[in-house]
Amino acid sequence: MEGINAKYVSKKISKTRWRPVSSSSLQQPDIFATGSWDNEDNSISIWSIGENGVSIMDDEFEGDPQLVCEYKHNGDVLDLQFLDQDRIVTASSTGAVTIFQHHHNSQTLSVSQLWDRAHHYPCDNAPCTGVVCNSPEIVTVGEDGRIMLFRADQEGVLRTIEKADSSAIHAVTFLRTTEILTVNSIGQLKLWDFRQPGNEPSQILSLTGDRVPLHCVDRHPNQQHIVATGGQDGMLCIWDVRQGNMPFSLMEAHSAESKIFMEVVNSLKRQVDLQFKGFNSCFCCAHSVGGPFSSIKPRPPVLMLRGWITVALGDFFKFRHTILLKRWTEHKHNFSQRNSPSRWEPVPHQCLAHWGL
Amino acid sequence: MEEVDVEPTTTPIPGFDSNQKHLGFVWGPGDILVYETIYKASGGSAGGCPFVHEVRKDEDIYSPILRKLFNESHHIFVGLQRIREDLPSKNKKPQFVSISKNYRSVIRACMEELQQVAVSTQDAALATQYGNQVSILLAVELIWNLCEVLFIDAAPAGSLVLHLLDWVRLHKADVDEKAREVLASESPAEHQAYWDVVISYVLQGRMDEARQVLVKQAALQPAARAMFKLLDNLLMKMPIFNPGETQTLTEFDVKWRHWREEVDRCLQDQSFASNPHLEDICKILVGDEDVLLEHKELLSTWYHFLVTRLLFSHPTVKPTELHYYAQSSMHMFLDTRSVPEPLDSILLAAFEFDIHQVIKDCSIALNNWWFVGHLTDLLDHCKLLQSHNLHFGSNLREFLLLEYASGLFTHHSLWQLAVDYFDHCPEFGRVYLELQIERVPLDTERKALKVIRICEQRQMTEQVRSICKIMAKKALRNNRLGSALSWSIRAKDAAFATLISERFLQDYCAKGTFSDLDLIDNLGPAMLLSDRLTFLGKYREFHRLYGEKRFSDAAKLLLSLMTAKIAPRSFWMTLLTDALPLLEQKEVIFSADQTHELMFCLEELTSEKSVPNPDRPMQDEDIETTKIELLRLALARNLAMAIVKEGTVEV
Repeated sequence: MEGINAKYVSKKISKTRWRPVSSSSLQQPDIFATGSWDNEDNSISIWSIGENGVSIMDDEFEGDPQLVCEYKHNGDVLDLQFLDQDRIVTASSTGAVTIFQHHHNSQTLSVSQLWDRAHHYPCDNAPCTGVVCNSPEIVTVGEDGRIMLFRADQEGVLRTIEKADSSAIHAVTFLRTTEILTVNSIGQLKLWDFRQPGNEPSQILSLTGDRVPLHCVDRHPNQQHIVATGGQDGMLCIWDVRQGNMPFSLMEAHSAESKIFMEVVNSLKRQVDLQFKGFNSCFCCAHSVGGPFSSIKPRPPVLMLRGWITVALGDFFKFRHTILLKRWTEHKHNFSQRNSPSRWEPVPHQCLAHWGL
Repeated sequence: MEEVDVEPTTTPIPGFDSNQKHLGFVWGPGDILVYETIYKASGGSAGGCPFVHEVRKDEDIYSPILRKLFNESHHIFVGLQRIREDLPSKNKKPQFVSISKNYRSVIRACMEELQQVAVSTQDAALATQYGNQVSILLAVELIWNLCEVLFIDAAPAGSLVLHLLDWVRLHKADVDEKAREVLASESPAEHQAYWDVVISYVLQGRMDEARQVLVKQAALQPAARAMFKLLDNLLMKMPIFNPGETQTLTEFDVKWRHWREEVDRCLQDQSFASNPHLEDICKILVGDEDVLLEHKELLSTWYHFLVTRLLFSHPTVKPTELHYYAQSSMHMFLDTRSVPEPLDSILLAAFEFDIHQVIKDCSIALNNWWFVGHLTDLLDHCKLLQSHNLHFGSNLREFLLLEYASGLFTHHSLWQLAVDYFDHCPEFGRVYLELQIERVPLDTERKALKVIRICEQRQMTEQVRSICKIMAKKALRNNRLGSALSWSIRAKDAAFATLISERFLQDYCAKGTFSDLDLIDNLGPAMLLSDRLTFLGKYREFHRLYGEKRFSDAAKLLLSLMTAKIAPRSFWMTLLTDALPLLEQKEVIFSADQTHELMFCLEELTSEKSVPNPDRPMQDEDIETTKIELLRLALARNLAMAIVKEGTVEV
């Protein structure tokens, strides 16, 4: 399959993130960070692809990603975010939140700040499961049901919402600068407003029925009240937080048992708008265990979202934006405004099977 | 019990002196725990080393580069299992051969990576370790390749020699390097390794390359041109069996014999007498074993010698005759005094087509089951292994795969691969998986959910329940009641749910508020899992109704909790106390009948408590009696008001 590269890294990787490029440049990001999990020694690594900026329309990609630097990490890396160009925040399974500094001159990583037992139980460690930043503020959530607010460069905790949740919180995202959204393992979406004191969410939304754990959440890049969540049973739900507490669209991944991890990549928004005006949504989902990408058949969506959702997959997947763009062009003519499904080609099995997801 | 074939190796444990003390040990899934006992070898006892040592046989699964081997071979293994059974076996043979080639290419890839790291690393110990691993992988690939040629591909006479030639060429790559060096030099024909290169090419049956290199020499000696031309001619005309053509084996044999006679005649004619090198080459072409043995360093292994010998003396050898030649070649080549290495005996067993011996020897020589497991599985698919049941495990293939997978399960990360191996062991795989999967350490919820999903996919409900219970207990220990409850609901564990609901209720009694409302308010049908849980849910609902000022609904609910016996007796007092504010309201909420029922409940409660408890302090008793009196008063007043209200007729 052209345009897709696979590299074996001998570790199970839990998150990959592209380094953010400044909004003025049209260049593609060429550095990304990965965090590993479920290994005896975990680490975070920085990789680089290509020496010079490769032009957007290049289909071919030369060379493997090169490891730039690596640093040992205590515990599994459960979430990873770039705070800014040089700093990376990680959430660890020991409950620690760490900020790593990437020194460009020496191409090394070092720990710049550490909050050791940010998430904890009275006697055990509680894994910190999600981190999201809006520089310089960092919000983390953990299995202990706490939400913590930190500020980079400040030692202490800015704010703690204790007992935010009775079960484990799995993911968090910013809705607005002062509002966040969390999902937990009993299938609830909670909206928190930092301007309000107290430990109560301003809104709780859930799919009634089984309490299916929700694993990931993200919001639409343009319309702030639309969010999408992925659940344990393979359902992708789109919610409108302004109205109702039911999702208005449900999509089913091809095979129901997969977990879905997804994320909206804001940086692509511009390209998407340039290339595909008025084009509509596409969802990309991956099975987390060895299976190919599923092809998504959305049920006739009530509302079409504009946006781009790419996968921050388990293991390293050289997920180049241009590859996706290429995919788009191939299938553009298939799509009509009505209900024809937009399809993804399955990734060949051998690509994903390398990685002990 | 069978006798051991080889002397077991001893591993000294640091800090232990085995002459002094007895060692105790216990087997684990992949390793042994060893400790020093207090018993001395000769009576008496004394204090000793306080450590427990873990002895592990298989270091390889912890090597990051070899990890690629395990992952990729897992993928090939799974693909092999999916080959459909209904295809006729002659269509499957090329598939099996290609699978075998896949395995080998994975081994080669790992080998190359290891070699690169071994060369570039600064650490000497690491370099030796990697170097060792490279040589083991080389041997493994050699054996696998031979097994592919002999067993899987099962080449018939004629092509057998060709395949064996390929095998040897693949494993003797230094010829090309030397040739490159020689040809790159200024005057190739005068390079000291020149004749070595030519002869090596001839020994490997690469006549075209040999001729190309010979041309250099021919150019230097124009006087001897005729001789060189003659040899060139002979080399060119050497017949090679081509299985694709319609030429049968006997035709080829006849041709070959003619050619050989021609070469022989040249030798007898002393055509090459003036150049000893050319004469040597001619003698090799005729298959002269003494000359072949003179070039031992160029051959370097007895199996190269064997193949060369076959090429020039018996190119139409049948597979069944191979072992004669193999034995004799080995004896001729090796020093009779030296003991054959394990590799040699394995290869010999392969030439003898004794698959079981090959597998057995490999199991002993290698330190993990990777190679024998995969090879046996492939051979089993080719239907080459007679199935006879062993005492342990259902047959050889399954036994080896189970051992391999069990070893993998001990690895903190590779355990996921082992699951697939267990899936494809029909008899005992599931049992092994059930036992092993419960013991995967669960640090994070994400990992627990992964393990649960693996169990759910295989309908291992017991294991799902037990894992959920482990997580619930963990949550309970950390006082996360909501999390514990949701895990026990998931496990459908009524007993544990009851326990946690009790805790919730106790907390409520102590603090006066509920915790974890977001869970309890949304229990839904899961509430029915256990009585206590139902009560908890309904009680919370009562509080909600009260908060929303829907008093009559709240009252009805409260009553039903007591009359339907959902509420535990111990809680009735609390419920009745909760009813107090409802009774004291201005408007009548409880009807007369309801009030009667409440009174009945109160009487039931107090009649049990008629025996004063000497342990309880007096103040508690007082509080109790005051409460009961208050209740009685409120109930009576409510009854009065209810009767009046119900009896009133609106005019």
